[in-house]
Amino acid sequence: MLQIKNLVVNYGAIQAVKDVSLNINTGEIVALIGANGAGKTTIVKTISGLLKPTSGSILYEQKNLQQKKAPEIVAAGIAQVPEGRHIFAGLSVAENLQMGAFLRRNRKSITDSLQEVYQRFPILKQRQNQDAATLSGGEQQMLAMARALMSQPKLLLLDEPSMGLAPIFIQEIFDIVQAIQKQGTTVLLIEQNARQALAIANRAYVLAAGHVTISGTGQELLANPAVQKAYLGG
Amino acid sequence: MQTFWQQLINGLSLGSIYALLALGYTMVYGIIKLINFAHGDIYMLGAFWGYYSINLWHFNFLEALLSSMIVGAASGVIIEYFAYRPLRQAPRITALITAIGVSFFLENGMSYLFGSTARDFPQVIKQVNYNFGGVLISNIQILILATAAILMVALQFIIKKTKMGTAMRAVSVDADAAELVGISLNKTISFTFAIGSALAGAAGVLIGLYYNSIDPLMGMTPGIKAFVAAVVGGIGSVPGATIGGFLIGLLETLVQSVGLSAYKDAAVYLVLIVILLILPAGILGKNIKEKV
Repeated sequence: MLQIKNLVVNYGAIQAVKDVSLNINTGEIVALIGANGAGKTTIVKTISGLLKPTSGSILYEQKNLQQKKAPEIVAAGIAQVPEGRHIFAGLSVAENLQMGAFLRRNRKSITDSLQEVYQRFPILKQRQNQDAATLSGGEQQMLAMARALMSQPKLLLLDEPSMGLAPIFIQEIFDIVQAIQKQGTTVLLIEQNARQALAIANRAYVLAAGHVTISGTGQELLANPAVQKAYLGG
Repeated sequence: MQTFWQQLINGLSLGSIYALLALGYTMVYGIIKLINFAHGDIYMLGAFWGYYSINLWHFNFLEALLSSMIVGAASGVIIEYFAYRPLRQAPRITALITAIGVSFFLENGMSYLFGSTARDFPQVIKQVNYNFGGVLISNIQILILATAAILMVALQFIIKKTKMGTAMRAVSVDADAAELVGISLNKTISFTFAIGSALAGAAGVLIGLYYNSIDPLMGMTPGIKAFVAAVVGGIGSVPGATIGGFLIGLLETLVQSVGLSAYKDAAVYLVLIVILLILPAGILGKNIKEKV
């Protein structure tokens, strides 16, 4: 579905991503793990069009993405849930979701998606008229995910969805990610919470200092001594 | 008491024009954090359009008003496209200086093309004064207040209820996140300039009717006063700009009515200084701390 080849991305004067290649197949959950500053967020932002690659290619369904702007990439079926959630403060929960469906025209099908999203996240339905800024961190994360789902993505990019959340929410978020996969959406999951990410991932890549150092299935990486030592605390 | 009501009516009429202008300042600031110093000159363009359309093509009030809004909107969009868009990633001071440059360009360009002398705005509506227990209200004042009120309600509807209005608010709180849901920054910014500048165009025709006189530099002082109004109300806040506009209009009328006409501009700037000292975020502005 998505092939990244020899991607190099500069972030100002810093080369944040140095020659990364990875693949995402339709229907998978692919996890990308690694320490702070390894280049994970840079890769996600480059896929979604917020950053431009210095060299290398990103092929999505056989089409080149690297010259497209972020809204065109959303239109092509890739939605990003940004790190830190970035919900629209000052807009109500319902308006945030409405903006998630910004590029869709068919009102009937938007209403249907809204009902689905409310079914999956009942708390958002309860709070639909509230200012999104008044939600708790976990609720904001759910809103950010729900907003991305409102664009009906084929590929969902999740950047640190569990960051800063209470343990009870973290488990819920991982359950939701699996449910999203079951419904046929492909997921690229960026996580510091490596153990849980690898447990639900079909395949995973370990990123260190802008390079992919290890890759394999989620189970292989969980069993890999180097991964255990560096990322699983043991 | 009679004088009080009289000045209140005069102040509200003038204030509603400042409010229309202040709304454009605050909307543009909200979305690209630029003080568009050329905004007052769009109001001048609106007034000139009103002048020529009424004189040459015998437009009635409504036609002149609506067409000047279209002309205002188009000028705003063109200015943003050519002057500000190329500087989107540049430091904010660069865009600010460019805005001052655009303002000079419009003022001097119009002086060159049409002459710098003041001219009488055609009285497309014959002035009639109504006497309410000694308080004189003209039909023009009623028209100004009604037009401003309708435009403000329409603006509120666009911002709160339409998809583009919601997108505007989304871009102003988080431009990156807005792009990530598919909102085009360029289109949304153009839309904001169009709406804000349409209000300025309308204000130009209204002031022409009210003061009877227009000239290419007419946008300068009201532009700065409307900017003060936007800051007083809380720059970036739409209701704040409306309140600020009315306050500045009332203040100016008040200063005039106590016989200090010569100091009416100074009084407005004094208010700006006081507000910046005691309430830097303005009346309805959020005190946003810069995130590190």
